[in-house]
Amino acid sequence: MLADCDVDAANLYLLLDPVVKSASPFYGLKKATINKEKCLGCNLCLHLCRYDAIRPGFVVDPVLCEGCALCYHACPCGAVEMVDHVAGHLFHSETRYGPLVHARLGIAEDNSGKLVAAVRKEARRLAEEEKKELIITDGPPGIGCPVISCLSGTDLVLVVTEPTFSGKHDLERVLDLAEHFGCRAAVCVNKWDLEPENTRAVESLCNRRRVPVVGHLPYDESAVEAVKRGRPVILECSRTMEKGILALWDQLKVLLN
Amino acid sequence: MLVAVASGKGGTGKTTLASSLALVAAEKGKVIFLDCDVEEPNGHIMLKPRWEKKEAVRVPVPEINQEKCTFCGRCAEICAFHALVVLPQEVLLFPTMCHGCGGCWHLCPAGAISPGWREIGLVEEGSSEGIGFVRGRLNVGEAISPPLIEAVKERCRPGELNILDAPPGTSCPVIRTVKGADFCLLVTEPTPFGLHDLELACEMVASLGVPCGVVVNRSDGDDRLIRQFCQQNNLPLLLQLPHDREVARGYARGIPAVKVRPEWKEYFAALLSFIEEGGCTGARTGGAQREGRHGQDYRLRESGRTGSR
Repeated sequence: MLADCDVDAANLYLLLDPVVKSASPFYGLKKATINKEKCLGCNLCLHLCRYDAIRPGFVVDPVLCEGCALCYHACPCGAVEMVDHVAGHLFHSETRYGPLVHARLGIAEDNSGKLVAAVRKEARRLAEEEKKELIITDGPPGIGCPVISCLSGTDLVLVVTEPTFSGKHDLERVLDLAEHFGCRAAVCVNKWDLEPENTRAVESLCNRRRVPVVGHLPYDESAVEAVKRGRPVILECSRTMEKGILALWDQLKVLLN
Repeated sequence: MLVAVASGKGGTGKTTLASSLALVAAEKGKVIFLDCDVEEPNGHIMLKPRWEKKEAVRVPVPEINQEKCTFCGRCAEICAFHALVVLPQEVLLFPTMCHGCGGCWHLCPAGAISPGWREIGLVEEGSSEGIGFVRGRLNVGEAISPPLIEAVKERCRPGELNILDAPPGTSCPVIRTVKGADFCLLVTEPTPFGLHDLELACEMVASLGVPCGVVVNRSDGDDRLIRQFCQQNNLPLLLQLPHDREVARGYARGIPAVKVRPEWKEYFAALLSFIEEGGCTGARTGGAQREGRHGQDYRLRESGRTGSR
Protein backbone atom coordinates (compact mmCIF):
# COMPACT_ATOMS: atom_id res chain seq x y z
CA MET A 1 0.00 0.00 0.00
CA LEU A 2 1.45 3.35 -1.02
CA ALA A 3 0.53 6.78 0.29
CA ASP A 4 1.95 10.00 -1.10
CA CYS A 5 1.78 12.51 1.72
CA ASP A 6 3.78 15.26 0.06
CA VAL A 7 0.43 16.83 -0.75
CA ASP A 8 1.96 20.17 -1.76
CA ALA A 9 3.86 18.57 -4.57
CA ALA A 10 2.95 14.92 -4.94
CA ASN A 11 5.43 13.16 -7.20
CA LEU A 12 5.09 9.46 -6.51
CA TYR A 13 2.36 8.95 -9.09
CA LEU A 14 4.65 10.34 -11.80
CA LEU A 15 6.84 7.25 -11.46
CA LEU A 16 4.29 4.55 -10.79
CA ASP A 17 2.05 5.01 -13.80
CA PRO A 18 -1.20 4.73 -11.83
CA VAL A 19 -4.76 4.30 -13.06
CA VAL A 20 -6.98 6.62 -11.04
CA LYS A 21 -9.96 4.66 -9.73
CA SER A 22 -11.71 7.36 -7.77
CA ALA A 23 -11.32 10.99 -6.85
CA SER A 24 -13.05 12.80 -4.04
CA PRO A 25 -13.04 16.41 -2.93
CA PHE A 26 -11.21 17.32 0.24
CA TYR A 27 -12.86 19.96 2.35
CA GLY A 28 -10.66 22.27 4.36
CA LEU A 29 -12.01 24.44 7.13
CA LYS A 30 -14.99 26.51 6.09
CA LYS A 31 -14.08 30.07 5.17
CA ALA A 32 -15.90 33.27 5.95
CA THR A 33 -17.87 35.37 3.49
CA ILE A 34 -19.71 38.53 4.36
CA ASN A 35 -23.25 39.14 3.23
CA LYS A 36 -23.25 42.82 2.31
CA GLU A 37 -27.01 43.13 2.64
CA LYS A 38 -26.92 42.22 6.32
CA CYS A 39 -23.66 44.02 7.12
CA LEU A 40 -24.01 47.32 8.97
CA GLY A 41 -20.34 48.18 8.61
CA CYS A 42 -19.54 48.22 12.33
CA ASN A 43 -15.94 47.12 11.68
CA LEU A 44 -15.96 44.60 14.55
CA CYS A 45 -14.81 41.74 12.30
CA LEU A 46 -12.03 43.87 10.86
CA HIS A 47 -10.92 44.68 14.35
CA LEU A 48 -11.05 41.10 15.65
CA CYS A 49 -9.51 39.21 12.74
CA ARG A 50 -5.95 38.32 13.66
CA TYR A 51 -5.07 37.28 10.11
CA ASP A 52 -5.91 40.61 8.45
CA ALA A 53 -8.16 38.60 6.17
CA ILE A 54 -10.93 41.18 5.99
CA ARG A 55 -10.19 43.90 3.49
CA PRO A 56 -11.80 47.33 3.54
CA GLY A 57 -15.24 47.07 2.01
CA PHE A 58 -15.80 43.87 4.00
CA VAL A 59 -14.35 41.47 1.47
CA VAL A 60 -12.69 38.35 2.89
CA ASP A 61 -9.32 37.42 1.41
CA PRO A 62 -9.63 33.64 1.02
CA VAL A 63 -5.84 33.17 1.08
CA LEU A 64 -5.51 34.86 4.46
CA CYS A 65 -8.72 33.52 6.07
CA GLU A 66 -7.79 30.57 8.27
CA GLY A 67 -11.40 29.61 8.96
CA CYS A 68 -11.37 30.32 12.69
CA ALA A 69 -14.96 31.66 12.46
CA LEU A 70 -14.41 34.33 15.12
CA CYS A 71 -16.05 36.89 12.84
CA TYR A 72 -18.98 34.52 12.30
CA HIS A 73 -19.53 34.14 16.04
CA ALA A 74 -18.95 37.80 16.86
CA CYS A 75 -20.87 39.61 14.09
CA PRO A 76 -23.81 41.43 15.73
CA CYS A 77 -25.92 41.28 12.58
CA GLY A 78 -25.25 37.70 11.53
CA ALA A 79 -23.77 38.91 8.26
CA VAL A 80 -20.89 36.42 8.19
CA GLU A 81 -21.48 33.03 6.66
CA MET A 82 -19.04 30.14 6.83
CA VAL A 83 -19.01 28.32 3.52
CA ASP A 84 -17.69 24.93 2.53
CA HIS A 85 -14.41 25.09 0.85
CA VAL A 86 -12.83 22.48 -1.38
CA ALA A 87 -9.13 22.67 -0.53
CA GLY A 88 -7.93 19.79 -2.67
CA HIS A 89 -8.66 16.33 -4.00
CA LEU A 90 -7.95 12.85 -2.78
CA PHE A 91 -7.25 10.05 -5.26
CA HIS A 92 -7.30 6.31 -4.98
CA SER A 93 -5.29 4.70 -7.75
CA GLU A 94 -4.07 1.31 -8.76
CA THR A 95 -0.45 0.68 -9.73
CA ARG A 96 1.29 -2.54 -10.68
CA TYR A 97 3.04 -2.38 -7.29
CA GLY A 98 -0.12 -2.01 -5.26
CA PRO A 99 -2.81 0.55 -4.49
CA LEU A 100 -1.79 4.21 -4.14
CA VAL A 101 -3.55 6.98 -2.25
CA HIS A 102 -2.46 10.45 -3.26
CA ALA A 103 -3.78 13.97 -3.11
CA ARG A 104 -3.53 17.35 -4.69
CA LEU A 105 -3.82 20.41 -2.54
CA GLY A 106 -5.53 23.31 -4.27
CA ILE A 107 -3.44 26.27 -5.32
CA ALA A 108 -2.53 28.62 -2.48
CA GLU A 109 -4.37 26.45 0.05
CA ASP A 110 -3.49 25.77 3.63
CA ASN A 111 -4.56 22.74 5.65
CA SER A 112 -1.89 20.51 4.19
CA GLY A 113 -1.58 18.75 7.56
CA LYS A 114 -5.25 17.93 7.52
CA LEU A 115 -5.02 16.59 3.97
CA VAL A 116 -2.02 14.44 4.96
CA ALA A 117 -4.15 12.99 7.75
CA ALA A 118 -6.94 12.28 5.24
CA VAL A 119 -4.52 10.49 2.87
CA ARG A 120 -3.15 8.37 5.69
CA LYS A 121 -6.59 7.50 7.00
CA GLU A 122 -7.72 6.38 3.56
CA ALA A 123 -4.50 4.38 3.07
CA ARG A 124 -5.03 2.60 6.38
CA ARG A 125 -8.64 1.82 5.53
CA LEU A 126 -7.68 0.37 2.15
CA ALA A 127 -4.75 -1.56 3.60
CA GLU A 128 -7.08 -3.26 6.03
CA GLU A 129 -9.66 -3.91 3.37
CA GLU A 130 -7.13 -5.37 0.94
CA LYS A 131 -5.10 -7.10 3.65
CA LYS A 132 -1.86 -5.24 2.93
CA GLU A 133 0.70 -5.46 5.72
CA LEU A 134 2.96 -2.61 4.76
CA ILE A 135 2.09 1.02 4.11
CA ILE A 136 4.91 3.03 2.53
CA THR A 137 4.29 6.74 3.01
CA ASP A 138 6.21 9.31 0.99
CA GLY A 139 6.50 12.27 3.33
CA PRO A 140 6.83 16.01 2.78
CA PRO A 141 10.01 18.00 3.54
CA GLY A 142 10.50 20.09 6.67
CA ILE A 143 9.41 19.69 10.28
CA GLY A 144 6.10 21.57 10.25
CA CYS A 145 2.47 20.56 10.28
CA PRO A 146 2.34 18.18 7.27
CA VAL A 147 5.43 16.34 8.53
CA ILE A 148 4.06 16.06 12.04
CA SER A 149 0.82 14.77 10.59
CA CYS A 150 2.81 12.23 8.58
CA LEU A 151 4.87 10.85 11.49
CA SER A 152 2.18 10.11 14.04
CA GLY A 153 1.50 6.45 14.61
CA THR A 154 4.10 5.11 12.17
CA ASP A 155 6.18 2.04 13.02
CA LEU A 156 9.31 3.42 11.46
CA VAL A 157 10.45 6.73 10.02
CA LEU A 158 13.10 6.41 7.32
CA VAL A 159 14.92 9.73 7.12
CA VAL A 160 16.71 10.33 3.83
CA THR A 161 19.67 12.67 4.05
CA GLU A 162 22.69 13.65 1.99
CA PRO A 163 26.31 14.25 3.02
CA THR A 164 26.10 18.04 2.92
CA PHE A 165 26.26 20.52 5.79
CA SER A 166 22.64 21.42 5.05
CA GLY A 167 21.62 17.77 4.92
CA LYS A 168 23.20 17.10 8.31
CA HIS A 169 21.63 20.21 9.82
CA ASP A 170 18.15 19.26 8.57
CA LEU A 171 18.62 15.62 9.58
CA GLU A 172 19.21 16.64 13.20
CA ARG A 173 15.98 18.64 13.21
CA VAL A 174 13.95 15.79 11.74
CA LEU A 175 15.48 13.32 14.23
CA ASP A 176 14.61 15.75 17.04
CA LEU A 177 11.06 15.85 15.75
CA ALA A 178 10.80 12.04 15.53
CA GLU A 179 12.15 11.79 19.08
CA HIS A 180 9.73 14.48 20.27
CA PHE A 181 6.81 12.40 19.01
CA GLY A 182 8.32 9.08 20.13
CA CYS A 183 8.78 7.69 16.61
CA ARG A 184 11.45 5.15 15.82
CA ALA A 185 13.81 6.46 13.14
CA ALA A 186 16.42 5.06 10.75
CA VAL A 187 18.60 6.96 8.30
CA CYS A 188 19.56 6.48 4.67
CA VAL A 189 22.43 8.55 3.24
CA ASN A 190 21.77 9.40 -0.39
CA LYS A 191 24.71 10.45 -2.62
CA TRP A 192 27.00 9.23 0.18
CA ASP A 193 30.14 9.29 -1.99
CA LEU A 194 29.73 12.98 -2.91
CA GLU A 195 31.59 13.94 0.29
CA PRO A 196 32.60 10.76 2.18
CA GLU A 197 33.92 12.87 5.04
CA ASN A 198 30.47 14.37 5.60
CA THR A 199 28.96 10.89 5.36
CA ARG A 200 31.20 9.85 8.25
CA ALA A 201 30.01 12.88 10.20
CA VAL A 202 26.38 11.88 9.56
CA GLU A 203 27.17 8.32 10.68
CA SER A 204 28.77 9.44 13.92
CA LEU A 205 25.85 11.78 14.58
CA CYS A 206 23.46 8.83 14.14
CA ASN A 207 25.68 6.64 16.27
CA ARG A 208 25.62 9.17 19.08
CA ARG A 209 21.84 9.36 18.87
CA ARG A 210 21.51 5.58 18.59
CA VAL A 211 19.73 5.84 15.26
CA PRO A 212 20.69 3.07 12.82
CA VAL A 213 22.09 4.03 9.40
CA VAL A 214 20.40 1.48 7.17
CA GLY A 215 21.46 2.52 3.71
CA HIS A 216 24.09 4.21 1.59
CA LEU A 217 23.12 5.17 -1.95
CA PRO A 218 25.74 6.45 -4.39
CA TYR A 219 25.86 9.75 -6.27
CA ASP A 220 24.73 8.23 -9.52
CA GLU A 221 23.73 9.78 -12.83
CA SER A 222 21.68 6.70 -13.67
CA ALA A 223 19.20 7.60 -10.91
CA VAL A 224 18.61 11.04 -12.45
CA GLU A 225 18.31 9.52 -15.90
CA ALA A 226 15.66 7.05 -14.69
CA VAL A 227 13.67 9.85 -13.09
CA LYS A 228 13.95 11.89 -16.28
CA ARG A 229 12.34 9.01 -18.14
CA GLY A 230 9.65 8.83 -15.46
CA ARG A 231 10.72 5.37 -14.32
CA PRO A 232 11.36 4.06 -10.78
CA VAL A 233 15.10 4.17 -10.11
CA ILE A 234 15.41 0.48 -9.21
CA LEU A 235 14.21 -0.57 -12.66
CA GLU A 236 16.74 1.41 -14.66
CA CYS A 237 19.82 2.15 -12.61
CA SER A 238 23.44 1.11 -12.39
CA ARG A 239 24.46 -2.07 -10.65
CA THR A 240 25.91 -0.14 -7.68
CA MET A 241 22.70 1.80 -7.15
CA GLU A 242 20.62 -1.38 -7.39
CA LYS A 243 22.82 -3.11 -4.82
CA GLY A 244 22.49 -0.10 -2.53
CA ILE A 245 18.70 -0.09 -2.73
CA LEU A 246 18.42 -3.84 -2.18
CA ALA A 247 20.74 -3.67 0.83
CA LEU A 248 18.61 -0.84 2.24
CA TRP A 249 15.48 -2.94 1.83
CA ASP A 250 17.12 -5.92 3.58
CA GLN A 251 18.01 -3.71 6.53
CA LEU A 252 14.51 -2.25 6.66
CA LYS A 253 12.93 -5.69 6.66
CA VAL A 254 15.02 -6.59 9.71
CA LEU A 255 13.89 -3.43 11.50
CA LEU A 256 10.24 -3.90 10.59
CA ASN A 257 10.01 -7.51 11.73
CA MET B 1 12.77 45.51 -3.51
CA LEU B 2 11.68 42.06 -2.39
CA VAL B 3 12.81 39.08 -4.46
CA ALA B 4 11.58 35.65 -3.35
CA VAL B 5 13.39 32.46 -4.36
CA ALA B 6 10.96 29.55 -4.31
CA SER B 7 10.27 26.13 -5.83
CA GLY B 8 7.53 23.54 -5.64
CA LYS B 9 10.04 20.77 -5.15
CA GLY B 10 12.55 20.54 -2.32
CA GLY B 11 16.25 20.26 -3.07
CA THR B 12 16.21 22.07 -6.41
CA GLY B 13 18.76 24.68 -5.36
CA LYS B 14 16.87 27.61 -3.84
CA THR B 15 19.55 28.27 -1.26
CA THR B 16 22.32 27.80 -3.84
CA LEU B 17 20.71 30.42 -6.06
CA ALA B 18 19.71 32.81 -3.27
CA SER B 19 23.13 32.79 -1.59
CA SER B 20 25.03 33.33 -4.84
CA LEU B 21 22.62 36.07 -5.84
CA ALA B 22 23.18 37.80 -2.50
CA LEU B 23 26.97 37.61 -2.84
CA VAL B 24 26.90 39.08 -6.33
CA ALA B 25 24.40 41.79 -5.35
CA ALA B 26 26.56 42.78 -2.37
CA GLU B 27 29.38 43.76 -4.72
CA LYS B 28 27.21 46.55 -6.06
CA GLY B 29 24.79 47.62 -3.39
CA LYS B 30 23.05 46.89 -0.15
CA VAL B 31 21.48 43.48 0.16
CA ILE B 32 19.83 41.50 2.89
CA PHE B 33 19.27 37.75 2.90
CA LEU B 34 16.14 36.60 4.74
CA ASP B 35 15.90 32.86 5.35
CA CYS B 36 12.16 32.15 5.42
CA ASP B 37 12.60 28.37 5.37
CA VAL B 38 12.11 28.41 9.12
CA GLU B 39 11.58 24.65 9.37
CA GLU B 40 14.96 23.84 7.84
CA PRO B 41 16.95 27.07 7.48
CA ASN B 42 20.17 26.52 5.51
CA GLY B 43 21.22 29.95 4.23
CA HIS B 44 23.59 30.46 7.19
CA ILE B 45 25.54 27.38 6.13
CA MET B 46 26.42 29.06 2.82
CA LEU B 47 26.84 32.66 3.99
CA LYS B 48 28.22 32.06 7.51
CA PRO B 49 26.91 35.23 9.16
CA ARG B 50 28.19 36.64 12.43
CA TRP B 51 25.16 36.76 14.71
CA GLU B 52 24.42 40.08 16.33
CA LYS B 53 21.04 39.65 17.96
CA LYS B 54 18.19 37.27 18.41
CA GLU B 55 14.62 37.63 19.47
CA ALA B 56 11.98 35.11 20.47
CA VAL B 57 8.80 35.08 18.39
CA ARG B 58 5.65 34.59 20.34
CA VAL B 59 2.10 33.81 19.30
CA PRO B 60 -1.04 34.39 21.36
CA VAL B 61 -2.52 31.40 23.13
CA PRO B 62 -5.39 31.19 25.62
CA GLU B 63 -4.75 31.25 29.34
CA ILE B 64 -7.58 29.69 31.24
CA ASN B 65 -8.54 30.80 34.69
CA GLN B 66 -9.84 27.50 36.06
CA GLU B 67 -11.46 29.30 39.00
CA LYS B 68 -13.66 31.50 36.85
CA CYS B 69 -14.38 28.72 34.33
CA THR B 70 -17.87 27.22 34.47
CA PHE B 71 -16.89 24.33 32.15
CA CYS B 72 -19.72 25.26 29.82
CA GLY B 73 -17.79 23.97 26.81
CA ARG B 74 -18.35 27.05 24.63
CA CYS B 75 -14.61 27.53 23.91
CA ALA B 76 -14.14 23.98 22.69
CA GLU B 77 -17.30 24.29 20.59
CA ILE B 78 -16.12 27.38 18.73
CA CYS B 79 -12.46 26.41 18.40
CA ALA B 80 -12.14 25.51 14.72
CA PHE B 81 -8.71 23.99 15.32
CA HIS B 82 -9.71 21.57 18.12
CA ALA B 83 -7.10 23.05 20.42
CA LEU B 84 -9.38 22.99 23.46
CA VAL B 85 -11.15 20.12 25.18
CA VAL B 86 -13.49 20.78 28.08
CA LEU B 87 -13.81 18.02 30.68
CA PRO B 88 -16.29 18.18 33.59
CA GLN B 89 -13.71 19.81 35.86
CA GLU B 90 -10.85 20.80 33.63
CA VAL B 91 -10.06 22.54 30.35
CA LEU B 92 -7.26 20.99 28.32
CA LEU B 93 -5.29 23.11 25.86
CA PHE B 94 -3.22 21.65 23.00
CA PRO B 95 -1.01 24.66 22.33
CA THR B 96 0.53 23.47 19.05
CA MET B 97 -2.95 23.13 17.52
CA CYS B 98 -3.88 26.71 18.46
CA HIS B 99 -3.84 29.28 15.66
CA GLY B 100 -4.16 32.17 18.12
CA CYS B 101 -7.38 33.46 16.56
CA GLY B 102 -8.66 34.76 19.88
CA GLY B 103 -12.13 33.24 19.51
CA CYS B 104 -12.05 31.64 22.94
CA TRP B 105 -11.04 34.73 24.90
CA HIS B 106 -13.39 37.00 23.02
CA LEU B 107 -16.38 34.70 23.35
CA CYS B 108 -15.98 32.97 26.73
CA PRO B 109 -19.26 33.80 28.53
CA ALA B 110 -17.58 33.64 31.96
CA GLY B 111 -14.63 35.83 30.99
CA ALA B 112 -12.36 33.03 32.16
CA ILE B 113 -9.96 33.13 29.22
CA SER B 114 -7.33 35.74 28.58
CA PRO B 115 -4.66 35.95 25.92
CA GLY B 116 -1.23 34.70 26.90
CA TRP B 117 1.90 34.16 24.88
CA ARG B 118 3.83 31.18 23.72
CA GLU B 119 7.23 31.07 22.04
CA ILE B 120 7.37 29.25 18.69
CA GLY B 121 10.87 30.08 17.53
CA LEU B 122 13.61 32.64 17.09
CA VAL B 123 14.49 35.36 14.65
CA GLU B 124 18.24 35.87 14.49
CA GLU B 125 20.01 38.76 12.79
CA GLY B 126 23.59 39.21 11.73
CA SER B 127 25.73 40.01 8.75
CA SER B 128 28.16 38.34 6.42
CA GLU B 129 30.59 40.03 4.01
CA GLY B 130 28.39 43.11 3.82
CA ILE B 131 25.20 41.08 3.44
CA GLY B 132 22.54 41.64 6.08
CA PHE B 133 21.32 38.27 7.31
CA VAL B 134 18.04 37.31 8.99
CA ARG B 135 16.80 33.83 9.68
CA GLY B 136 13.86 32.28 11.46
CA ARG B 137 14.19 29.03 13.35
CA LEU B 138 11.01 27.17 14.26
CA ASN B 139 11.12 25.22 17.52
CA VAL B 140 11.00 21.48 16.94
CA GLY B 141 7.47 20.17 17.48
CA GLU B 142 5.77 23.40 16.39
CA ALA B 143 3.33 22.92 13.55
CA ILE B 144 2.58 26.45 12.46
CA SER B 145 5.34 28.48 10.85
CA PRO B 146 3.63 31.48 9.16
CA PRO B 147 3.80 33.82 12.19
CA LEU B 148 7.56 33.22 12.36
CA ILE B 149 7.89 33.85 8.61
CA GLU B 150 6.03 37.14 9.12
CA ALA B 151 8.50 38.07 11.84
CA VAL B 152 11.40 37.40 9.47
CA LYS B 153 9.75 39.49 6.73
CA GLU B 154 9.24 42.37 9.13
CA ARG B 155 13.04 42.75 9.03
CA CYS B 156 12.97 43.58 5.30
CA ARG B 157 14.72 46.90 4.68
CA PRO B 158 13.02 49.27 2.27
CA GLY B 159 15.32 50.70 -0.39
CA GLU B 160 17.63 47.67 -0.26
CA LEU B 161 17.53 44.42 -2.15
CA ASN B 162 15.77 41.88 0.06
CA ILE B 163 16.29 38.26 -0.98
CA LEU B 164 13.75 35.91 0.56
CA ASP B 165 14.79 32.24 0.60
CA ALA B 166 11.44 30.44 0.65
CA PRO B 167 10.61 26.99 2.03
CA PRO B 168 9.76 24.25 -0.50
CA GLY B 169 6.21 23.43 -1.52
CA THR B 170 3.17 25.47 -2.49
CA SER B 171 1.15 25.76 0.72
CA CYS B 172 0.88 28.28 3.56
CA PRO B 173 4.56 28.78 4.50
CA VAL B 174 5.51 29.46 0.88
CA ILE B 175 2.49 31.66 0.28
CA ARG B 176 3.35 33.70 3.33
CA THR B 177 6.89 34.16 2.05
CA VAL B 178 6.03 35.06 -1.55
CA LYS B 179 2.98 37.26 -0.88
CA GLY B 180 3.92 40.88 -1.31
CA ALA B 181 7.21 40.18 -3.12
CA ASP B 182 8.08 42.26 -6.20
CA PHE B 183 9.41 39.28 -8.08
CA CYS B 184 9.67 35.53 -7.55
CA LEU B 185 12.40 33.33 -8.97
CA LEU B 186 11.24 29.74 -9.34
CA VAL B 187 14.06 27.23 -9.24
CA THR B 188 13.50 23.89 -10.91
CA GLU B 189 15.42 20.95 -12.30
CA PRO B 190 14.96 19.39 -15.74
CA THR B 191 13.09 16.26 -14.61
CA PRO B 192 9.38 15.34 -14.69
CA PHE B 193 9.31 16.00 -10.92
CA GLY B 194 10.83 19.41 -11.47
CA LEU B 195 8.34 20.25 -14.21
CA HIS B 196 5.32 19.03 -12.27
CA ASP B 197 6.23 20.99 -9.18
CA LEU B 198 7.11 24.05 -11.28
CA GLU B 199 3.60 24.01 -12.74
CA LEU B 200 2.11 24.05 -9.24
CA ALA B 201 4.50 26.76 -8.07
CA CYS B 202 3.66 28.95 -11.08
CA GLU B 203 -0.05 28.70 -10.39
CA MET B 204 0.59 29.56 -6.75
CA VAL B 205 2.70 32.60 -7.60
CA ALA B 206 0.19 33.74 -10.24
CA SER B 207 -2.66 33.49 -7.72
CA LEU B 208 -0.72 35.89 -5.52
CA GLY B 209 -0.22 38.30 -8.41
CA VAL B 210 3.56 38.19 -8.11
CA PRO B 211 5.49 38.21 -11.42
CA CYS B 212 7.96 35.36 -11.77
CA GLY B 213 10.75 33.89 -13.84
CA VAL B 214 12.28 30.43 -14.02
CA VAL B 215 15.80 29.23 -13.24
CA VAL B 216 16.82 25.70 -14.21
CA ASN B 217 19.40 24.17 -11.92
CA ARG B 218 21.51 21.08 -12.66
CA SER B 219 20.84 21.44 -16.35
CA ASP B 220 22.45 18.70 -18.45
CA GLY B 221 21.82 20.56 -21.68
CA ASP B 222 18.46 18.96 -22.37
CA ASP B 223 15.89 21.29 -20.82
CA ARG B 224 13.17 20.86 -23.45
CA LEU B 225 10.57 19.96 -20.81
CA ILE B 226 11.05 23.18 -18.89
CA ARG B 227 11.67 25.34 -21.97
CA GLN B 228 8.39 24.22 -23.57
CA PHE B 229 6.49 24.87 -20.40
CA CYS B 230 7.93 28.36 -20.11
CA GLN B 231 7.12 29.17 -23.72
CA GLN B 232 3.56 27.89 -23.46
CA ASN B 233 2.96 29.92 -20.33
CA ASN B 234 4.76 33.02 -21.43
CA LEU B 235 7.25 32.78 -18.57
CA PRO B 236 10.79 34.02 -18.90
CA LEU B 237 13.41 31.29 -18.59
CA LEU B 238 16.08 33.43 -17.01
CA LEU B 239 18.99 31.19 -16.25
CA GLN B 240 20.20 27.65 -16.75
CA LEU B 241 22.86 26.56 -14.30
CA PRO B 242 24.72 23.51 -15.54
CA HIS B 243 24.98 20.28 -13.65
CA ASP B 244 28.37 20.55 -12.01
CA ARG B 245 29.75 18.05 -9.54
CA GLU B 246 32.23 20.57 -8.15
CA VAL B 247 29.39 22.98 -7.33
CA ALA B 248 27.53 20.11 -5.67
CA ARG B 249 30.63 19.31 -3.61
CA GLY B 250 31.01 22.97 -2.73
CA TYR B 251 27.40 23.02 -1.54
CA ALA B 252 28.12 19.92 0.55
CA ARG B 253 30.87 21.83 2.37
CA GLY B 254 28.93 25.09 2.62
CA ILE B 255 30.69 26.90 -0.23
CA PRO B 256 28.41 29.03 -2.43
CA ALA B 257 28.31 28.32 -6.17
CA VAL B 258 29.92 31.65 -7.19
CA LYS B 259 32.88 30.92 -4.95
CA VAL B 260 33.40 27.55 -6.61
CA ARG B 261 32.80 29.03 -10.07
CA PRO B 262 33.61 32.75 -9.99
CA GLU B 263 32.95 32.83 -13.75
CA TRP B 264 29.23 32.34 -12.96
CA LYS B 265 29.11 35.74 -11.28
CA GLU B 266 28.30 37.64 -14.44
CA TYR B 267 25.22 35.53 -15.04
CA PHE B 268 23.89 36.21 -11.57
CA ALA B 269 24.64 39.88 -12.18
CA ALA B 270 22.65 39.76 -15.45
CA LEU B 271 19.80 38.05 -13.65
CA LEU B 272 19.82 40.77 -11.02
CA SER B 273 19.75 43.59 -13.51
CA PHE B 274 16.91 41.91 -15.37
CA ILE B 275 14.87 41.88 -12.17
CA GLU B 276 15.88 45.36 -11.11
CA GLU B 277 15.34 46.96 -14.50
CA GLY B 278 11.71 46.04 -14.75
CA GLY B 279 11.93 42.28 -15.00
CA CYS B 280 8.72 42.47 -13.06
CA THR B 281 6.90 43.99 -15.98
CA GLY B 282 9.01 42.18 -18.53
CA ALA B 283 7.89 38.88 -17.10
CA ARG B 284 4.33 39.69 -17.98
CA THR B 285 4.73 41.36 -21.30
CA GLY B 286 7.34 38.99 -22.68
CA GLY B 287 8.69 39.97 -26.06
CA ALA B 288 12.07 40.93 -27.36
CA GLN B 289 13.79 41.42 -24.06
CA ARG B 290 13.08 37.86 -23.10
CA GLU B 291 14.45 36.48 -26.31
CA GLY B 292 17.68 38.27 -25.52
CA ARG B 293 17.85 36.50 -22.19
CA HIS B 294 17.36 33.16 -23.81
CA GLY B 295 20.45 33.81 -25.89
CA GLN B 296 22.37 34.54 -22.76
CA ASP B 297 21.24 31.33 -21.10
CA TYR B 298 23.00 29.32 -23.75
CA ARG B 299 26.23 31.16 -23.18
CA LEU B 300 26.05 30.41 -19.52
CA ARG B 301 25.52 26.76 -20.11
CA GLU B 302 28.42 26.54 -22.51
CA SER B 303 30.72 28.44 -20.21
CA GLY B 304 29.75 26.34 -17.23
CA ARG B 305 30.51 23.23 -19.15
CA THR B 306 33.91 24.39 -20.19
CA GLY B 307 34.57 25.20 -16.58
CA SER B 308 33.70 21.76 -15.35
CA ARG B 309 35.86 19.94 -17.86
